[in-house]
This record gives sequence, C-alpha cells and structure tokens, in this order.
Amino acid sequence: MAEQFPQDSVGLVMPQVARFDEPFTFENGALLPRHELVYETYGELSQARDNAVLICHALSGSHHAAGFHSPEDGRPGWWDLAIGPGKAIDTRRLFVVCSNNLGCCDGSSGPNTFNPDTDMPWGGQFPQPQVKDWVRSQKQLAEHLGISRWAAVMGGSLGGMQALQWAIDFPDWVDHCVALAAAPGLTAQNIAFNEIARHAILSDPDWSNGNYLAQGTLPARGVALARMVGHLTYMSADGMSDRFGRELREGSFSPGDNSEWVFQVESYLRHQGTRFSTQFDANTYVLMTRALDLFDLSAGDGGSLVDALSRSEADFLIASFSSDWRFPPQRSIEIRDALLAAGKRVTYANIETDNGHDGFLLPNPTYEALLKQWMLRVGPL
Amino acid sequence: MSRLDLNTVLDWVPTGSRVLDLGCGDGDFLARLRDERNVIGVGVDIDPENIVTAVSKGLDVIQEDINDGLHCFTTNRFDVVVLAHALQELTHPHIALARMVDIGEEAIVSFPNFGHWSCRLHLGIKGQMPMSRAMPLRWYDTPNIHFCTVRDFEALCLTLQIDIIERATISGPGQSALGSLLPNLFATSAIFRIRRANG
Repeated sequence: MAEQFPQDSVGLVMPQVARFDEPFTFENGALLPRHELVYETYGELSQARDNAVLICHALSGSHHAAGFHSPEDGRPGWWDLAIGPGKAIDTRRLFVVCSNNLGCCDGSSGPNTFNPDTDMPWGGQFPQPQVKDWVRSQKQLAEHLGISRWAAVMGGSLGGMQALQWAIDFPDWVDHCVALAAAPGLTAQNIAFNEIARHAILSDPDWSNGNYLAQGTLPARGVALARMVGHLTYMSADGMSDRFGRELREGSFSPGDNSEWVFQVESYLRHQGTRFSTQFDANTYVLMTRALDLFDLSAGDGGSLVDALSRSEADFLIASFSSDWRFPPQRSIEIRDALLAAGKRVTYANIETDNGHDGFLLPNPTYEALLKQWMLRVGPL
Repeated sequence: MSRLDLNTVLDWVPTGSRVLDLGCGDGDFLARLRDERNVIGVGVDIDPENIVTAVSKGLDVIQEDINDGLHCFTTNRFDVVVLAHALQELTHPHIALARMVDIGEEAIVSFPNFGHWSCRLHLGIKGQMPMSRAMPLRWYDTPNIHFCTVRDFEALCLTLQIDIIERATISGPGQSALGSLLPNLFATSAIFRIRRANG
C-alpha cells in the first residue's frame, strides 16, 4: 500500500508507547507514580547510535510529526514538510523521534487519561508540567530507546523552547539545536493572550471545574473560542488580507440586503475553533498555555540569557519569520545575541514571509532551503 | 570583476584566528579562509539567499544589516574583522569602522579607490560620474553610495583614532610600482590593516 504515499514521505507510521514505572517528580513538586509516553520514530537508529534527532512539538502538536496513520489518512503529521526521505530532516540517514509531551492529550499520560489510583480521568488534577519537565521526560524516553546523545534537538515555537532548554539543561546530550519562531520567555502580551484563552475555557459552563470527562460534559465552546484567539495570533495581518480579504461567504453588500453576513475570515475561524474543540482536551490547553507562561530560559541564571546559554555545547540554528507577531524576529535575535556573546556557534536567518508565526510549519523556498542545507551538518557525515 | 584584494586579505589573516566577515555574500571567501587558513569564521550578510548558500558551505552566518550597528557582537570577540569591498555600500561607513576595531583586535578593509586616475579623468573630461567595468552601475541606481579615495580613508582613520598597521594596493596591468608610489592616483583598490589606536 505504501506506493500511494508520496515518495518523500515516511509513509505509514505507527505510534508506540513507552511505560515508565518509576515516579516522575515535576518542577512544582507534584509526583506522578508512573506514566506513559506515546511517540513515533522515523528512519533507523545507526549502530553507533549517533544519528538520533529529537523533534519537540508546540502547543497543539503531537507525536505525529510525519507520515500517515492509514492509507486513507488525508493529513500527514504536523511537520511532514521537513521530515522524510530526501527532506531537510532526512530519514534516510537520521533517526527521528517525536513524543507526545507529558500532560498532553494525544495518548501520553495527561488530563484525559485515567489516574490509576482513582480509576477516574485525571481532569484538572493532572500536575502542571513545565518545559524543564518535558525535557527530563524526553530524556527518559531517549534512555528507554538506547539513545545517550542527540545529533539534534529541534522544534518551532514552544518546541523550539524545549530544544533550547535541552541545550542548557543537558549540554552533553545535544550536538545541534534548532529553535524556530521561538522566544527566551513570554512577554506580558503573550501571557495576556494565553489568559484570554484560558478564561474562555474556564468560563464555559461545561468546564465543570476541569472534571468534564467525569461529568459527561465538554467545554467545546470555550475551547473553540480559545483556539480562535490563539489561531489569530499565528497569522499575520497581510497573510489574512491575502487569504480572506473582505470577502463574504454568506450575504452580499447589495443595497437593501438584510441577510446574515458571514465574512470568509469569520467562517474560517469558526471552523478552526469548532474542529479543534472536538479534537483537543480543554485541560491540556490550560496546562500547555501555562507551561508557556512559566517558560523562562534565563530563570536559573538570575535573568542572564548569556549565562544560561554559556552552558550549552551545541551548534545552533535560530530562525524567525518576518511577519510573526506572536514571537517576533526580535525575540529570536535576543537568543542569537546571547549565543554570540556566549561565544557559541550560531546561524541566524529571518525568513521573509506573510505566514506569521505558523511560518515554521508552512512551505517557503528560503526556509526549506535553509533548513535543508543546515541539517547537512547534523549526524554522521 | 577579479577580486585580487582578497588574496591580500587572505595573506593577512593569521592561521587559526577567529574571523568575522562582514558582508560575506555567498560565503566563498569565508570558506576559503576556513580551508586555507584554518580560521574559525562567522559571516554576516543581509541577503537571505546568500545566507542559505553560505550555510550550504558549512559556515556559521548571521543575517544582519551592518548599518544597524553590529550591536550583536561584543567587544574583542574576534581576532580579525574583515570588510571586503563593502565599505562603499554602508550608510555610515565611519560608524561601522569604529565598531569593527572594537569587535576585533584588528580589522582588514578593502575598497575600490575613487581617486584612481581613470575616475578623475572620467569626471574631469566628461563631467559625469565614472562608470567602468569595475563600476558598471549608474550613480542613481547603485548600492555604492559612499565611494572614497585612499587619501579619504587615511584621513578618516586619523579622525577616528584608528592606527593603520599595513597598506596594500591593487593596480592595473604594469602599474603596480606606480600604485605603490602614488596609491591615490594609481591604485584601483586598496587594502588596509587597521586597529584602534592605543590610549
């Protein structure tokens, strides 16, 4: 059946599960007696185990980074653009690992899984994970897979933040670090947008104090609204004008027309919100946005990003996207400048695009060429 | 345009040194410095296509506008900062030069000499801005907005309290002796090794 997938696709992929029976202690002191991580791998781990690449996912991502889950599956993994035979992250020579983060909702232990002690869904009782927790949990997965060093750790947005945290928390594990459309920490404006999203969810009557799964309700309206706000911050004004303009999907501008007006952009946002609300767990959205708020790369070094990044031993690729206003180029430049001041090897580019924050997920010739050319230095040569 | 100035720059860069190449273009010269002089190099360029090409050569490059002040580089980070045939394209050449000698122990600058006799002849006889094979663009449509002469550059170094360690010149065929003797008249390009004056 594989021949019906594109030639440069990893094809049919199967998620796997890793069980961890020892307790996991979170940064905030909470304890998880045991947990599971769902993950996917693409390509083959070399005999020398020197070609492993970790992909970290962003807010709404999952372990499904590339390929298809069935022959009928119309939607490949979230970073299929970059992962596959002959692509930037070339699975002919690299072994790619991507896991669903602890506390997320695509199969790894999280609010929508069962608490083995109560036999009830965790719901709002699941511990608050932070970026540092995810890094430690991904390290456990690596050890489970027999990996003791990453040829590269990479990701965009929140995924890029994990990659950076990896580079400073476990310097001897990370050869190369790729952080795309990332930031060293959130601004007040970033946190404010996250708070609006959380407020939308928490004020939905079906939220049931986070225990909606046990209560048999679903805060779909809250999650949809949260997603609409979030999604808006991923797009640029120019990109939206190009795509939707002022076009109507329903109604007309004719004089005397008194019908319901629905602009294309409204219809699009409603669709995105509704679809997301049936696929994504509300508690997870709350935990993920909070993990973003709490992320601060320089927190352990008295606010000095240079001191924090001084510990890393990786070569870095930092890229930003010109129309990204969620984590604008200036935030990537902060990381770049700290790396330069710390004397680290770094390449930086600002990709000219209307794709906004989503730029790292979308086709763009310069971006794809940059990633492909830079990745040639990753792994055994 | 043949870039004979680069051979001189290459000769002047110590083996194994840390080099910052400003306006590195597609990274050809920086790759040469790495391969022939074993330098640890960083390139700076404004053009994304150049960044991609330089990356494909295994180089570390930073997309940045030199005119923005090079604030990303801290003092004494590099042994040598190179600015090869890009001085005349800068909005504020004097600010860039001052930053270069702060960032690097030394700087190497090459530029086309606008004092060359052919430029003077062109301007003197035709009364128009010179155009040649080396300077093929019209005055209103060229990135070269700050041409200078050898003498202009030396005067600027004096003003900026920059020491000239060494000077080399490139001249037309059969004119290298004249170029060394009367560089402001006979050099087509000049290359300077400079550093911040002590005290």
